Amino acid sequence: MLATSRDFEANARAGLANDNLQRALGLARSGFPLRRQLAVERLPEFDRLREIGRSIKDHTLEHLDFYLELYESKVVASGGKVHWVRTPEEACAAVLQICRSVGAKIVTKGKSMVAEEMGLNEFLEANGINPVETDLGEYIIQLRREPPSHIIAPAIHLMKEQVAETFRTAHRSLDSERSLIEPRQMCDEAREVLRPRFLSADVGITGANFLVAETGSSIIVTNEGNGDLTQTLPRVHIVVTSIEKVVPTLEDAATLLRLLARSATGQEFSSYTTISTAPRRPADLDGPEQYHVVLLDNGRSALLGTDFQDMLRCIRCAACLNHCPVYAAVGGHAYGWVYPGPMGAVLTPSLIGIEETGHLPNASTFCGRCESVCPVKIPLPKMMRHWREREHAKKLSPPVYRTGLFLWARVARRPALYHALAEVASRVLGWTGQYRGRFRSLPLATGWTAVRDMPAPEGRSFHSLWAKRHK
Amino acid sequence: MRVALFVTCLVDLFRPTIGFASVKLLEEAGCTVEVPRAQTCCGQPAYNSGDRADAKAIALQVFDGFAGYDHVIAPSGSCAGMIRVHYPELFADDPVNLPRAQELARRTWELTSFLVDICRMEKVAAHWEREVTYHDACSGLRELGVKLQPRRLLASVAGLRLKELPGAEVCCGFGGTFCIKYPEISDKMVTDKEADIAATGAAAVLAGDLGCLLNIAGKLYRQGRRIEARHVAEVLAGLTEKVPPIGAPR
Repeated sequence: MLATSRDFEANARAGLANDNLQRALGLARSGFPLRRQLAVERLPEFDRLREIGRSIKDHTLEHLDFYLELYESKVVASGGKVHWVRTPEEACAAVLQICRSVGAKIVTKGKSMVAEEMGLNEFLEANGINPVETDLGEYIIQLRREPPSHIIAPAIHLMKEQVAETFRTAHRSLDSERSLIEPRQMCDEAREVLRPRFLSADVGITGANFLVAETGSSIIVTNEGNGDLTQTLPRVHIVVTSIEKVVPTLEDAATLLRLLARSATGQEFSSYTTISTAPRRPADLDGPEQYHVVLLDNGRSALLGTDFQDMLRCIRCAACLNHCPVYAAVGGHAYGWVYPGPMGAVLTPSLIGIEETGHLPNASTFCGRCESVCPVKIPLPKMMRHWREREHAKKLSPPVYRTGLFLWARVARRPALYHALAEVASRVLGWTGQYRGRFRSLPLATGWTAVRDMPAPEGRSFHSLWAKRHK
Repeated sequence: MRVALFVTCLVDLFRPTIGFASVKLLEEAGCTVEVPRAQTCCGQPAYNSGDRADAKAIALQVFDGFAGYDHVIAPSGSCAGMIRVHYPELFADDPVNLPRAQELARRTWELTSFLVDICRMEKVAAHWEREVTYHDACSGLRELGVKLQPRRLLASVAGLRLKELPGAEVCCGFGGTFCIKYPEISDKMVTDKEADIAATGAAAVLAGDLGCLLNIAGKLYRQGRRIEARHVAEVLAGLTEKVPPIGAPR
């Protein structure tokens, strides 16, 4: 996927000015956090579970090579195949080669953020293969030719009226007078349109929430059951996923699943949790004839042993997006690549480079709400700060900002000079602002006064008053 | 107890009354208060801008200036959080200074949590006839667990009624340099905040961090609201008569 993260500021302004988006975000802002909170309150050991989840992922990452090789050996032993790929391009090529080998024309897809990293839909279309998204949200944005704006609710930026309009435009063969007011009606319509696609698809592609090393299984969770139809009906099942999804045992996966749904949607468990292992065996009633896993690195292994290794613990629950006031203000598209919100602000620079994505780790108040809800306790603000350190070292931040910081730091390191300047500033601003009590505009502080008044100082600095009192 | 006040750069420049209110409260709690002269800022602007070298230099200055006191108190969860949580992170790879950072971190506190958790203060003598609401500043809340302490003390202020703010734990959009670097996003956040404050019907909004209060007060005025913004220390120390609300004419 092509990144527009460089244009974060313009993207954010567009998001702030988009009324439909603001209405949609307004609904999400209250809904997700409340549901999570209720789910967490029902599980007294939730915080202990977070600790265990963190240690499962940390242990796996410390021995990632071992668990990946174990995973591959189990997949192979059960008749599947693992395709190790380093880049999105290699991943696309691997998928295409499998599709071509079976003469695939239609491919159904479950929701996969790794497939978004690969730009898989555009690639398949360019190669004459028709990819059909089967997750309702993904289906909607595929019709609109938009990228997802959220990692578990890809169409969260839309209001239902916009979805109805999209369906009317896309489903021309249906009665134009039909009612599309209730979400249920749109859901039924998508179901009706998608059902024959499920049956005619040659290949089904899903992502994976977890890969289980001890069994060679992949696990997906959905609330629509589309993943099951995608992976059991076609002749070929391809799992496109990334290396950090592996966990040692089914028991470990079960622990993380308990954290995942509660953190994501406030459910105790997703409606469907599907474990798939290997192609169908002779006695099986259904299942694919071929089972492939396209296992993408795309810069992840380079994070091992760095300040950013903890990011690989992420289980993609989206709690950090759902609790982020910046995400709630601008929406997911502002971030300009696959992963938005706090996890995206850390992961995106890691995967596509800080040069392209410098705004993302800066557009945070470090309010810490993301870290406080993360099911695997990823220190997201700390890692955003690490990116800022890289930017500072490479002189990537805006020159005017760097100069300001430099001058401020020189003064802050000299208390006597600092106190003298603070007293002057306090007196000058206090005197000029005394009648109104605040400034509507202030030179050198236009970023502040553009949107809010600047309260005037009292007129003397604390240190000067204190010194006078304690002579 | 001999304690040192970490004034904070914003209180020093904008609102010394918060500093004097802190001194008064600490003295009421039985502390001997001193204000080390060799203090400027905690270094957070540098630290959060990725400039570790300057942040470390400023932190070393704080180590020297605040050595020897039983406790160090800041009327700000943000600055206290910088010293308590982030100084040890800043020197994590510096075996010489890490012990000093950890030692200072152990005896540094946000004002209201120090008064309640360490001094066991249960009530104050102040009187303020107001219905107020309270914004929980992010660093104090999530880094230091400041939540109940200011409420417990406010409950003892005669005439004061606290009406809880929906979304009190959501950031106001200040975020230090964030509010200048991304003014439109900050504007959206503080607009939501001031609307939530107005919806409570309270006559005043209180908080424990001047950064948030400058942001919130500035937005309340820009929207034409007549809701006063004050630091919790001013109210607890009974100094509301001494200064007008933040941003109000003198």
